Amino acid sequence: MTVSLNNLVSTEVDATGLSCPLPVLKTRKAMKELASGEMLRVCSTDHGSVKDIESFCIQTGNDLVSTKEDAGIYEFLIRKS
Amino acid sequence: MNMQDIPTEGPELDKLNEWFEKKFEEEMKKKEAAHTPSMAIIATRGTLDWAYPPFILGSTGAALGWDVKIFFTFYGLLLLQKEMNLKVSPLGNPAMPMKMPMGPEWLQKINMPMPNAIPSLIPGFETTATALMKKTFKNKGVATIEELRELSIEADVEFVACQMTVDVFGFEHSDFIEDVSYAGAASFLPVAQKADITLFT
Repeated sequence: MTVSLNNLVSTEVDATGLSCPLPVLKTRKAMKELASGEMLRVCSTDHGSVKDIESFCIQTGNDLVSTKEDAGIYEFLIRKS
Repeated sequence: MNMQDIPTEGPELDKLNEWFEKKFEEEMKKKEAAHTPSMAIIATRGTLDWAYPPFILGSTGAALGWDVKIFFTFYGLLLLQKEMNLKVSPLGNPAMPMKMPMGPEWLQKINMPMPNAIPSLIPGFETTATALMKKTFKNKGVATIEELRELSIEADVEFVACQMTVDVFGFEHSDFIEDVSYAGAASFLPVAQKADITLFT
């Protein structure tokens, strides 16, 4: 499943080391360039971004496909609606 | 159905009421989904620390797809200058919980509230405090005010400057960035009236 999801990612945003609100602002910018159905991967280290990216997806009507954390790095997969 | 056919009692009325409530809720949900939230922010402060709230909230609101307008008045006008030279003053900010952003690790862990009144009299103390805050923000991956302002403009946040305070402080429109319009209280209030969120910073 992970492999197939990764294959669908068309753009990546590296927001590691950045604080609020930059992970969300960078995510928005990248989402703007995507076509409907395309997938974005966002990586961040800001603990607040877990709730913030989730809220961003709800507000903008995009689909937060998965969230995971590995060694302090959060990874979000978002599908553009 | 004619008016006289509308049931006024009994199970027929209950059924009608039930249908109406469901339909009403559906319509309200549709309306809510179609509504673009809006936010009106007043920015009145011109120090490095207080420059953050309006730009952070404004740019984030726009990122969420909201309509955002920021009204800059009094010292907030400094945030619209082409060249911002914002400073932070420990005076009036007692207990600013800063830590040393450089030096050995043990030093960086010590909490050193910025001293208040006395050091404020020492020349250059404000410059030092400003430099320390900028360095700390940079270390923590916080955007600069210039960056946040640029991102706000890019996300279609509207900037409005208060013409009265522009005149009072002797500013020229040419002192400010181009993405600014000029208006007064009578322009702000109707916007605030319709806004879902209004903030004073």
